[in-house]
Amino acid sequence: MVTENLKAKVNNLNFYYGNTQVLKNNNLPIFEKKITALIGPSGCGKTTFLRCFNRMHDLYHNNRYEGEIILYPDNINIISPLIDPIEVRMRIGMVFQKPNPFPKSIYENIAFGLRIRGIKKKSIIDEVVEKTLKDAALWDDVRDRLHSPAFNLSGGQQQRLCIARALATNPEILLFDEPTSAIDPIATGKIEELMVELKKKVTIIIVTHNIHQAARIADYTAFMYLGEIIEFGPTEKIFTVPSDKRTELYISGKFG
Amino acid sequence: MEDIKKRIKIIKFWDYLFGIVGLLSTFVGVLLLVILFIDLFIDGAARLNYKFITSFPSRFPKEAGILSALVGTTLVMFVTAFVAVPLGVMAGIYLEEYAKKNWLTNIIEINIANLAGVPSIIYGLLALGLFVYFFKFGESIITGGLALALLILPIVITATRESIRAIPNSIREASYALGATKWQTVKNHIIPYSLGGTLTGIIIGLSRAIGETAPVITVGALTFITFLPSSPIVKRFPFISFKWLFDPFTVMPIQVFNWVSRPQKEFHINAAAAGVILLIMTLLMNAIAIYIRYRFRRKIKW
Amino acid sequence: MKNQLGKIKENIIEMLLFLSAIFSIIITGSIVFILFYESIGFFKEVSIIEFLTGKEWTPLFANPKFGVLPLIAGTFLTTGIAISIALPLGLIAAIYLSEYATHRVREILKPVLEVLAAIPTVVYGYFALLFLTPLLQKFIPQISSFNALSPGIIMGIMIIPYVTSVSEDSMRAVPMHIREGSYAMGATRFQTAIKVIIPAAFSGIGAGFTLGISRAIGETMVVAIAAGMMPNFTLNPLEPVQTFTSYIVQVSLGDVPHGTLEYKTIFAAGVTLFLITLIFNIIGFWLKKRIIIRGVY
Repeated sequence: MVTENLKAKVNNLNFYYGNTQVLKNNNLPIFEKKITALIGPSGCGKTTFLRCFNRMHDLYHNNRYEGEIILYPDNINIISPLIDPIEVRMRIGMVFQKPNPFPKSIYENIAFGLRIRGIKKKSIIDEVVEKTLKDAALWDDVRDRLHSPAFNLSGGQQQRLCIARALATNPEILLFDEPTSAIDPIATGKIEELMVELKKKVTIIIVTHNIHQAARIADYTAFMYLGEIIEFGPTEKIFTVPSDKRTELYISGKFG
Repeated sequence: MEDIKKRIKIIKFWDYLFGIVGLLSTFVGVLLLVILFIDLFIDGAARLNYKFITSFPSRFPKEAGILSALVGTTLVMFVTAFVAVPLGVMAGIYLEEYAKKNWLTNIIEINIANLAGVPSIIYGLLALGLFVYFFKFGESIITGGLALALLILPIVITATRESIRAIPNSIREASYALGATKWQTVKNHIIPYSLGGTLTGIIIGLSRAIGETAPVITVGALTFITFLPSSPIVKRFPFISFKWLFDPFTVMPIQVFNWVSRPQKEFHINAAAAGVILLIMTLLMNAIAIYIRYRFRRKIKW
Repeated sequence: MKNQLGKIKENIIEMLLFLSAIFSIIITGSIVFILFYESIGFFKEVSIIEFLTGKEWTPLFANPKFGVLPLIAGTFLTTGIAISIALPLGLIAAIYLSEYATHRVREILKPVLEVLAAIPTVVYGYFALLFLTPLLQKFIPQISSFNALSPGIIMGIMIIPYVTSVSEDSMRAVPMHIREGSYAMGATRFQTAIKVIIPAAFSGIGAGFTLGISRAIGETMVVAIAAGMMPNFTLNPLEPVQTFTSYIVQVSLGDVPHGTLEYKTIFAAGVTLFLITLIFNIIGFWLKKRIIIRGVY
């Protein structure tokens, strides 16, 4: 096995909602330009874990992080209070469970990230909109109606628009929080293909409910249970020769 | 990378700046309230005494008081509550519990929303045409009370509906499952459980009515009344009289208006003093309403 | 037998409740009937053209003129001043309460703002005439002691809660995951509010805005006390003006005999006022309905 480049590394991560500890002493390497999947039964903390990576928990009160998530190559701890969450979010994009396009046109949805970064020049924005829509395999569907409301798109198209929106600002890591759970199987297939395509350019972490999805697309898989990462390794290994009993039970569909 | 850091500094600056502007904007209203209280209190302090409350209006500002206005306000509010509360609560119950989704219900709902936005003085014109001249109630307590009752009816209906809507359907189903009829369900469950919200709405409505001036001026409430309406309790059988309903009257806000419109500065002191008392009355009612809402919210948790 | 009686009782109760609900339509019907009935008498004697285009409003003079333009000018002047204060302040306050304030701060500030709407308007009138106008006179010496500016400003602050409350409700109705989408892009609260929340809550903000305007047009006591009762055909905020509402007050205070032309003028003014506010109320109602329909996401 070739040694991979580390994009990020989670060291002893604990997380608390108020006084309740939801993540317990987690360690995880994230390899560059690979897909890492987080699987586990509902309520195991995988979404909470994912949302540490772009500091979404900072939006709500009484949340507390402990430990570190080191981002390479800068070697900074992105959950440190000294690091501005806005800077983290500008570098690490996110796609949510439910498609959440803004109540704007398709074009303006993509342009949003550029505009908040102060980019105003129309030629640049036009170019980025076209390029990212192509990258998200949406260009052919929407090229004639770039200025119509994003809500008119189907669920799968909306989700691809949200992926394009996140791509527009060249994130270093893209977080996917169960991106296909609200979408029909055909659209799901398209989005899975897209993710595999995208890993050429960007590191991907995906939380998924669907173990088959993890098996299909992920290079590495981590199994979480009750706020802890039980097992981590190459996807093949996790799915064929899991070393922990609980992982085996979960993968064979015995619980979860 | 350095570019992004710079950009973040700029957007964060605007973020903080807007936070400050937002807080200040919110405080403009609060500031006005504080200044208004202080100003009114300082202006009126000289008259805020027992004699002011127990005296009739007078040509001499120092001897004038608000007795007839206080009595008038009390009696008018009595009529208003007597009409608006049952009508409003019943209409609210009908719309939430009985009404079918059809065009008539739809029209009633749109109509109530529209009535809530009709300027108060229009209710005054309605009362002038209808109660004063058509029903020949004259420029009397009953006319004023009815005008204000119609004015606050939408408030009472809306409050009743909202508090009924907060009751989960499982409660109704539980009652029906025990064999209760619709009215038994409403009487034993819906009304008691929605009481907090309904009461809050009623008091807010009445506090609005107490401060209303325009409709009462329009129906011809007098500004200078140096006598009290007839007593509702009489010596002879049946010991209760409704003659007071048809007596001329004045109310607190009209008394304030009358004094503030006079050129003499001395009367402005009276206006401020009466304004303080009126303000305390409305704020007290609002405080009671908020307290009731708070109590009921704590008592019933779905 | 008992069951039969019970059924009758149920039906009677339902009938009574239904009649109470129908009563609100009777009220509207009576308003429309009374206003139009009395105004028809007025328009028999005064042509609608003269009414709508005349620049002088002197119904109580020996040689009466019935041009409503001065009242329209007065009404829209005071309303314009009020709304140019209430809209920015109310909207900014709504954004602050919805997007910036912590739960605690919002729970305290919101009821305090609502108090603004609970204060008797006659008290605001006092304050406009005897506090704000003398204050303004120190900065603008040429301002009359009765003017449109002072009551306009006070009305503006008075209607802030109407603008804020509906706007804030519709901003908070924007689902959290839309907000998170913006924050996840690295947007600040301010950028999220301006670029995402305001467009999403546009209907609600529009509703708050129109309801505020309607409220200002129908407001009576503040203008009756502080704007003077002079039907000037002017848009100069430093001069005294008369609005529809304050004209009705002026006539009601005097002894106008029932059935005379002067008596009917207040209904003609009333019907115009009613129709103008009706337009704004309908727009506001329609916009409010749209908030619910757009709640698809």
